[in-house]
Amino acid sequence: MALEHLRHMASHEDRRTLVVAGNGMVGHKLLEILVERGATAEWDIVTFCEEGRPAYDRVGLSSFFNGTSAEELSLVAPGFFDQLGLTVHLGDAVASIDRAAGEVVSTQGRRIPYDALVLATGSFPFVPPVPGKDTPGCFVYRTLDDLEAIRAYAAGGRVGAVVGGGLLGLEAANALRSLGLETHVVEFAGRLMPVQVDEGGGSVLRRRIEDLGVSVHTGMVTTEIVAGPTGGVAAMRFKEGDDLPVDLVVFSAGIRPRDQLARDAGLAVGERGGVVVDDACLTSDPRIFAIGECALYGGRIFGLVSPGYQMARVAADRLLGGGAAFTGADMSTKLKLMGIDVASFGDAFAAGDGCEAITYRDPVANVYKRLVLGPPDRRGDRKVAGGILVGDATVYQTLLQMCRGDMPTPTHPEELIFPVRAGGGAPAVGVGALPPTAMVCSCNNVDKGTICAAVGAGCDSVSAIKKITKAGTGCGGCVPLVTDIMRDEQKKAGVVVLNTLCEHFGYSRQELFDIVRVHRITSFSEVLAAHGSGEGCEICKPAVASMLASLANGHILDGEQAALQDTNDHFLANLQRDGTYSVVPRVPGGEITPDQLIALGQVAKEFGLYTKITGGQRIDLFGARVDQLPSIWRKLIDAGMESGHAYGKALRTVKSCVGQTWCRYGVQDSTTLAIDLELRYRGLRAPHKIKGAVSGCTRECAEAQGKDFGVIATEKGWNVYVGGNGGMRPKHAELLAADLDRDTVFRYIDRFLMFYVRTADRLERTSVWLDKLDGGIEYLRRVVIDDALGICAELEADMARHVDTYECEWKAVVDDPARMERFRTFVNSDEPDPNVVFVTERGQPRPAYLHEKQDPALLAIGAKP
Amino acid sequence: MTMLVSRTWVDVCPLDKLIPGRGVCALVGGLQVAVFRIAGEEIYAISNFDPFSRAFVLSRGIVGSRAERLKVASPIYKQSFDLDTGVCLDDATVSVRTFEVRVVDGMVQVASP
Ligand SMILES: Cc1cc2nc3c(=O)[nH]c(=O)nc-3n(C[C@H](O)[C@H](O)[C@H](O)COP(=O)(O)OP(=O)(O)OC[C@H]3O[C@@H](n4cnc5c(N)ncnc54)[C@H](O)[C@@H]3O)c2cc1C
Ligand code: HEM
Ligand code: SF4
Ligand code: SF4
Repeated sequence: MALEHLRHMASHEDRRTLVVAGNGMVGHKLLEILVERGATAEWDIVTFCEEGRPAYDRVGLSSFFNGTSAEELSLVAPGFFDQLGLTVHLGDAVASIDRAAGEVVSTQGRRIPYDALVLATGSFPFVPPVPGKDTPGCFVYRTLDDLEAIRAYAAGGRVGAVVGGGLLGLEAANALRSLGLETHVVEFAGRLMPVQVDEGGGSVLRRRIEDLGVSVHTGMVTTEIVAGPTGGVAAMRFKEGDDLPVDLVVFSAGIRPRDQLARDAGLAVGERGGVVVDDACLTSDPRIFAIGECALYGGRIFGLVSPGYQMARVAADRLLGGGAAFTGADMSTKLKLMGIDVASFGDAFAAGDGCEAITYRDPVANVYKRLVLGPPDRRGDRKVAGGILVGDATVYQTLLQMCRGDMPTPTHPEELIFPVRAGGGAPAVGVGALPPTAMVCSCNNVDKGTICAAVGAGCDSVSAIKKITKAGTGCGGCVPLVTDIMRDEQKKAGVVVLNTLCEHFGYSRQELFDIVRVHRITSFSEVLAAHGSGEGCEICKPAVASMLASLANGHILDGEQAALQDTNDHFLANLQRDGTYSVVPRVPGGEITPDQLIALGQVAKEFGLYTKITGGQRIDLFGARVDQLPSIWRKLIDAGMESGHAYGKALRTVKSCVGQTWCRYGVQDSTTLAIDLELRYRGLRAPHKIKGAVSGCTRECAEAQGKDFGVIATEKGWNVYVGGNGGMRPKHAELLAADLDRDTVFRYIDRFLMFYVRTADRLERTSVWLDKLDGGIEYLRRVVIDDALGICAELEADMARHVDTYECEWKAVVDDPARMERFRTFVNSDEPDPNVVFVTERGQPRPAYLHEKQDPALLAIGAKP
Repeated sequence: MTMLVSRTWVDVCPLDKLIPGRGVCALVGGLQVAVFRIAGEEIYAISNFDPFSRAFVLSRGIVGSRAERLKVASPIYKQSFDLDTGVCLDDATVSVRTFEVRVVDGMVQVASP
């Protein structure tokens, strides 16, 4: 009926006018689709945009606080509104609709007759009617203007509170935290995110968020916002309990559709708001559509972009004479809230008939997963019907595809939510298993087939695919899946992916690290089989070994790991030019007892080793043959020493001066701090070696500013420097933070090191890595101090695991005959290597040069006859 | 390849002592031979001598592949050697000697020239 009506109009005039009220995310999507489909040939499209700036990415709003500019958030392509047939009135809203005359009137007095009208007015934040809600310092969280106002006001405050512990409330809380405010979340319901997650998920989420330093108050009813003497917010009052002193309040207690225009014009609206629409997205007036968050379909408001975009697609099609229909939308979502993965999909609360839930909860890792299975079919099989994931949502895409029926549910679906154990064959479901019809980007309605086609047509990067298919340009949740599909297609097509670790892996070190971490991979063969090719080489094998070591912390000589290590790591010693090894025990902070010195001297004498003081304040013993290493270490360990990891890409030393304890200038105890730092990070595997130092005063005798991390004592505490090094290209470290207390020193260095371990390239030292970080030290501060990425808790947890599982690699070897076995020069003989020859110089041995060797004939062995 | 009329097979070690993807060094008639196990009974033997550093270390290198060739990288300056032919893949003018190898009753053996 509506269609006929529109066609009828068309026969009267050549060009028709479409008025769009609202240039938000959905309103703008409508314009894009119309332009793309050539609608401007017959329609003049006039858009009213109440906000002072045209459409921007509201989903990514919070990134504004992490430095993303308003321009970068814009959704409007340059020159978009200059096209013929498009007009936008910025800062002007539709004030009323005269349906009889077919005309809108704007706030600024414009009168525009229309042939069709689309309402895309979105929603407004609901503010509960508590006394004092309009006190200066009270805000909502919806527009860029809101965020600018919050930022300006927060500069003068210390404590912030968010009313509402839903999705947006938590996002707002994170924003307050990143602005440096002590942050509280006050939720009326008994748990966080009551709409999306159940009780179990809510408590895991709560614990994770509290770990980030945000205070959570659930089951609390706010009764008043109390003003202080200056008139601004001073405290919140509750029905239960004491007042909470705050400087700033953000209301995030839900959204309400903006349906006032429709109400005034006599269109049908829902009981609790929302402009009623049908399958065609038409309101009760056949010339007026409503789309996005202001529309009520089937008694529901759809508060996400993806359903809004679907409505825009339907309305556009109808305007062009098509018959597309909106039939409701999947409200499945996956989000990262404060760095915590949260996903909910399908029938998350097992409301359907015969649905049952299986839950997995890991209170240590703080992970909660709930899988809802549908009723058994005739054969007794059950389909994935929904679920909730908190803390680890890596299986979201797979489960979602199963829930939608795009992928078959395996026989034991519960295995999908239990953690993958080493060697245990959890069902590996690669992207190759997805059918071409599988929906990948639900925001823009892009299926796998479309992405494959784009790759086939030559798209060789995610950004190219984004440009061509629009996949990943909505909420961004599907970008990892898009990346996997692209890689998979490229691999199938035999494309060599450049800028990669080596010929065996099409990924950079950071990408590979993420793969290993996210998929909890525990062996090289696993990662090679699933993500690589060939046999590996001297580049990727040690690189993967290092990742496995930084993540899992198992002994580096065990199982398959043994084959991956560089010879230094393989024999836990440093190879020298003549094939012998050097031995460097750890001397934390450079502090060594006389007994240890004597023990070192005795070992060196007994095995005829050359001794030298290193630049790292310890003692290097040179000239050990492979078969001597275990006996040497047995003695060193008995004397209370341990591996110094001089052979690994790992923490080397934390140098120190004697500081306050002895030095007349010292202001803090630098030696103790250096020892504690070295003991904390010993054995930490990294993309390159890491060195540290601590000086007891500003005279800087320990040269801390030439280290990957350096600490210098001040009158008030400690200054932390990062990203320095000596070596071939010396670089001064940069100041990360000043006058810290001891705990904060550890916290920042924990985060800094783990962030580096996660993201640096192979063999990239902290200085080069820091140079390459976009935004340099400023950016690093935002990540490790302000937690702008919301990953600090994860980084600290990774470090805590490292510290907990550390063991001296040499002690583990000499205690275990099986591990000792490899330390032989010849497998089939106990003879020493006849080619290792020493001469004496200055009373110590050194390797003989060629001309000094007794039997040059031996050297001919390698030459072919 | 020349077939020697008489040759002796020298025991290296039981197959299960070899870690796949790693090498060991054996003394074979006074020569240092690097023996590598790839997987199963796929075994290669080349000289342990690294012509670039002039040290006997190839058995301690990392095994891998380049294009379709299996190779080992010297642990000292990282040049790669073809496990099958002994030719250096980074400088074809340099090569190391190769040895015949077999597995008999679970024992790895190298032919002594
Ligand atoms: C902080 C935040 C995070 C979010 N995160 C997610 C997420 O992760 N995933 C997700 O799917 N969704 C998310 N959303 C929701 C998503 O932003 C909305 O679903 C989407 O913006 C709705 O689009 P819309 O066009 O209907 O409304 P809006 O984007 O609100 O646009 C409506 C526009 O119309 C204007 N307007 C209103 N009345 C008039 C009038 N009479 N005349 C002219 N103009 C008018 C308004 O000023 C506004 O600019 C988030 C929202 C916020 C605020
Ligand atoms: C095979 C090569 C190398 C070996 C075996 C080696 C070994 C060592 C060892 C054992 C130390 C002592 C550290 C300690 O006490 O633990 C050391 C220190 C040092 N190495 Fe190396 N190193 C090598 C290559 C390099 C290279 C290439 C550079 C320069 C880019 C370098 C720069 C340094 C510096 C600057 C120190 C002093 C560190 C300090 O003062 O804290 N090394 N090296
Ligand atoms: S840095 Fe300061 S405290 Fe340390 S030795 Fe030098 S002068 Fe003394
Ligand atoms: S400076 Fe050069 S020669 Fe000296 S130890 Fe370092 S790498 Fe070797």
